[in-house]
Amino acid sequence: MKLKQLSVFLENKPGRLSHPCKLLAEAGINILTLCLADTEQFGILRLIAKDWEKAKSALEKGGCVVNISEVLAIEIPDHPGGLESILSILEPNAINIEYMYAFTLKRGSNAVLIARIEDVDRAAEILRKKKIDVLESSTFFALS
Amino acid sequence: MSNNPIHPDSYADFLCPDELHRIQLNRLQAIVQASYDTVPLTRGRMDEIGLKPEHIQSLADTAKLPFTQKTDLRDTYPYGLFARPMKEVIRLHASSGTTGKPIVVGYTRDDMKVWSSVMARTFCAAGLTENDVIQNAFGYGLFTGGLGAHYGAEALGATVIPISGGNTERQIMVMQDFGVTAICSTPSYFLHLIEAIEATGRGFKDLKLKVGVFGAEPWTDGMRAHIQDRAHIKAYDIYGLSEIIGPGVATECSQQNGLHVFEDHFLMEIVDPKTGQVLPDGEEGELVLTTLSKQAIPMIRYRTHDITSIIPEPCACGRTLRRIHRISHRSDDMIIIRGVNVFPSQIEAALLKVEKSLPHYQIVLSLKEGLDQIEVQVEVTEEMFRDRVSALEQLHKKFSHAIEHVVGLRAQVRLVEPQTIARSQGKAKRVIDQRKEKVSP
Repeated sequence: MKLKQLSVFLENKPGRLSHPCKLLAEAGINILTLCLADTEQFGILRLIAKDWEKAKSALEKGGCVVNISEVLAIEIPDHPGGLESILSILEPNAINIEYMYAFTLKRGSNAVLIARIEDVDRAAEILRKKKIDVLESSTFFALS
Repeated sequence: MSNNPIHPDSYADFLCPDELHRIQLNRLQAIVQASYDTVPLTRGRMDEIGLKPEHIQSLADTAKLPFTQKTDLRDTYPYGLFARPMKEVIRLHASSGTTGKPIVVGYTRDDMKVWSSVMARTFCAAGLTENDVIQNAFGYGLFTGGLGAHYGAEALGATVIPISGGNTERQIMVMQDFGVTAICSTPSYFLHLIEAIEATGRGFKDLKLKVGVFGAEPWTDGMRAHIQDRAHIKAYDIYGLSEIIGPGVATECSQQNGLHVFEDHFLMEIVDPKTGQVLPDGEEGELVLTTLSKQAIPMIRYRTHDITSIIPEPCACGRTLRRIHRISHRSDDMIIIRGVNVFPSQIEAALLKVEKSLPHYQIVLSLKEGLDQIEVQVEVTEEMFRDRVSALEQLHKKFSHAIEHVVGLRAQVRLVEPQTIARSQGKAKRVIDQRKEKVSP
């Protein structure tokens, strides 16, 4: 249910993003989804790939600094108020979502959201109790 | 000789060599005796090699004396090398040392008189008189530049404007409205002023400014040509260091060809930086200075780490004081940023306060609008890297604070990707100085 997310440090200047993307392409790794956080000076590229260990070693061989963290892939109803319904479950439990980004593929009528949460396990448990689908890696990667 | 009237103190610039050597020997013997009697470090080192003050019988005997290093000042921080009780010390100054603690120097009332006098002689050598209005844009405070120049200008009888550094708009207003004829500052700050004045569209032709006295950081003849051409002034190089007295150790004269050392107060030697052997006049080596009249901190054979050579030929200005060439470089890795001494080891110490192991880093020095800029680039490692933006910003802030705390200077910190700092034989070049290339006219 937890996915491994790769984070790559980038300097905030033109052309820096293509470097890790090229490394992954050369290693034959498909990026399933990604998001980019940036400040004036630097950026963090966060991405999900099926074979995270292979992706990590390809990036590191190419000179990137990589950090691995665990994120949740949460299935949410793809209609107005869908996201809100998830947040209203997590918030009363004082679960802090640090950031989230959407997965480009859909599962039936639902959308998939990637969320970085401080206490991943507790969040997953709470969501499951409320019948919200938190995807297993195998299910998640089967979508792609 | 210069056409300008000579300040009475400047007569000492023209002593015949025999008379100068007699004064030097008397003062040397007195200072060695005083230092032996009152400074445990000096006594210990002399005793170790069986040297007594009475063994100093000629100026050549100076070579028998042990050296004093910058680290001696640090190791005895703050007052360990003081030879006089604090009740006789009327002033303290400080400059940055090789680690977090500064180097503290003190002055007795007589030391202040000597300092004022050598600075008055410095201004006199630059052609200034009591009729001049001097804008002193050296920083006032613990840095010796501001107050050293201030007291010297007063001793000369000139009108001194204690404006200190910074606030460029006010500097320009004062220069225009107060009829300023001479300015003291770091050369890089004056370059900044030139650009600011040119930006107002008024230029220098309407100004009365005719002389600039520049020091506290290395600069080149190319930079001088640029300054003289753009500002229509004569630009003089002065030399000094806090450990010896501050500004006022050596100065250029009307010839602008080497700096006369005030040898009646500072005995100079040029030594091989590796062996410490004294080199003959004309050979390049490290400048070693002994203070001949300083009471609060007599400094015996102080290793300046500044590389230069003595110009043996007499100077056309008539001064008999020997000259040294402009300081070309240093024998250690000290860099000077906006007049502040910085060692790469200080930056390392700061980085290690934040991270357990030393990351690859590089110090990049540049000029922006005539002002020194320092950027410290740090390669991000796996240990440092966190997925959170806030964590990285926190890390960035920690590096900045640590550097400011240790060096006393705000540096721009840049987190860079791994392997982006060029290495030669596995070792990164620590300092990239782009300042000199930019100022060539």
